[in-house]
Amino acid sequence: MRHEFRVRVGPAAFRIGSDWAAPVRQMRDLYADYPIADFTDFTVRLEAVSPLRRFIRPSVAINGDYMLPDAAPLPLDQGLLAAEMGMNLQMALGWRRQLILHASAAERGGKAMIMTGASGSGKSTLSAMLGQAGWRFMGDEFALIDPVTGDAVPYPRMISLKNQAIAAMRSAAPDARFGPLMHDTPKGDIRHMVPPEEAISRMDERAKPALLLFPRFGYAPAVREMGAGEVFMRLTQASTNYVALGEAGFTVLTRFVEQVPARAIDYQSGEEAIALAEQLWAELA
Amino acid sequence: MTGLLPFETRYRAEKAADIIIRPLDVMTLVYHRRSGITHIVAQPVPEILLAMAGKVMNAAELAAKLAQEYDMDDNADVHAVLSERLEELASLGLVEPVHAP
Repeated sequence: MRHEFRVRVGPAAFRIGSDWAAPVRQMRDLYADYPIADFTDFTVRLEAVSPLRRFIRPSVAINGDYMLPDAAPLPLDQGLLAAEMGMNLQMALGWRRQLILHASAAERGGKAMIMTGASGSGKSTLSAMLGQAGWRFMGDEFALIDPVTGDAVPYPRMISLKNQAIAAMRSAAPDARFGPLMHDTPKGDIRHMVPPEEAISRMDERAKPALLLFPRFGYAPAVREMGAGEVFMRLTQASTNYVALGEAGFTVLTRFVEQVPARAIDYQSGEEAIALAEQLWAELA
Repeated sequence: MTGLLPFETRYRAEKAADIIIRPLDVMTLVYHRRSGITHIVAQPVPEILLAMAGKVMNAAELAAKLAQEYDMDDNADVHAVLSERLEELASLGLVEPVHAP
C-alpha cells in the first residue's frame, strides 16, 4: 500500500495501509506516544472504491483480515474513522486471546470498573471522565478478560467521542489532544481524543475486575441490582467472541459473573454518573 | 403421546463429562461440549440431565428415577411434564431419541 502505519494498542498490533496520505498522517499524530510492535496481529486496508475514486470524490473502503462484506464506504475526510472502524472490526471478529466485552474500563488501586451497554449508553464518555478524575483509563470500547487469570487487559485505543460528549470532554479535559471533528458520520459528529499519558504508558498493566456497571443515559438517577442470570445473558450479548472461545469463554464468563458485583445505573449527567459509580465502588469493589 | 403406551420414546442423554452444569441464581447454565452451545435452563432440566447422564430412558423410567432422588409433587402430572421436557431437550440436542429396531 502507498502509505503505512503500525501501532500496538494493549496486546493487539495493527498495520494500517492506506491509498491516501491523510488518514495515516492523522493516525501518526494521534498515536504518537503508542508503541510499535515488531509483529502484526491484524492488517487494515483503506482502499479506493475504484482506481479513479482515489482522486474524484474519494471514497474509502475498509478492508482487512476480517471484513464485513456490506460495509458502506466513507468519504475521505472520515478516513481516520474508517481506520478506527477497521481496527475495531479486526478485534471484534478476529481476537481470540481474551474474552472481548463491548465495554469501557477504568482502574484504581489495581482493581477495574467495567462499564457495558449499547451505543449511546455513555460508557465511552464515562470512562473518559473517570480518566480525568483520578482513575486510569483502560479503554472505551473493548474490555478484554483473560481466560486464565480473569484479569482485565487494557485496550486504550483513541477515545471515540460522539455528539454532545465532544463538547463535554473538551471542557473536562482542556489539555487533551483531539483529532479532527468529523461531521455527518454514520453515528453523527465524531471526534477522537488521545487517552491520558498514564493510560498509554501503563497499557500492559492488568487489573482485577471489581465492579460491573450497566450505565443508561437520559433517565433519572437510579441504581438497580441485577441477578447473575441476567448479567450472564447481557454479557454474552455484549461479547463478540464468546461463542468462538468455546469452553474457555464459558468458564471465564461464568467466573466473572459469579465474582464481580453488578449494578444497572441510570443518570442524566456526567457528574451524576461519576457520583453513582464512586458510591457503588466504595460499597462493593 | 399418552406415555402409557408400551412404545413410548426413549432418549439417550449426553454423558456427564460432555456437559457442564453451573447454577446461577434462579437459572442454570448448561454448556454442551460437543456443540459448544450454552443453554440457559430452569428446573427440572438440570435434574433431568443429571439423572439421565449417559443412560437411555423414557419418561416413565425417568419419573421413577427422579422420585428416588427428589420429593415429587404427588398431584402434578409428572409423566406429562417430563415427556414435554424430553421433547424440548431433544430439539436442543441435549438428549437424542432412540428408535427401537
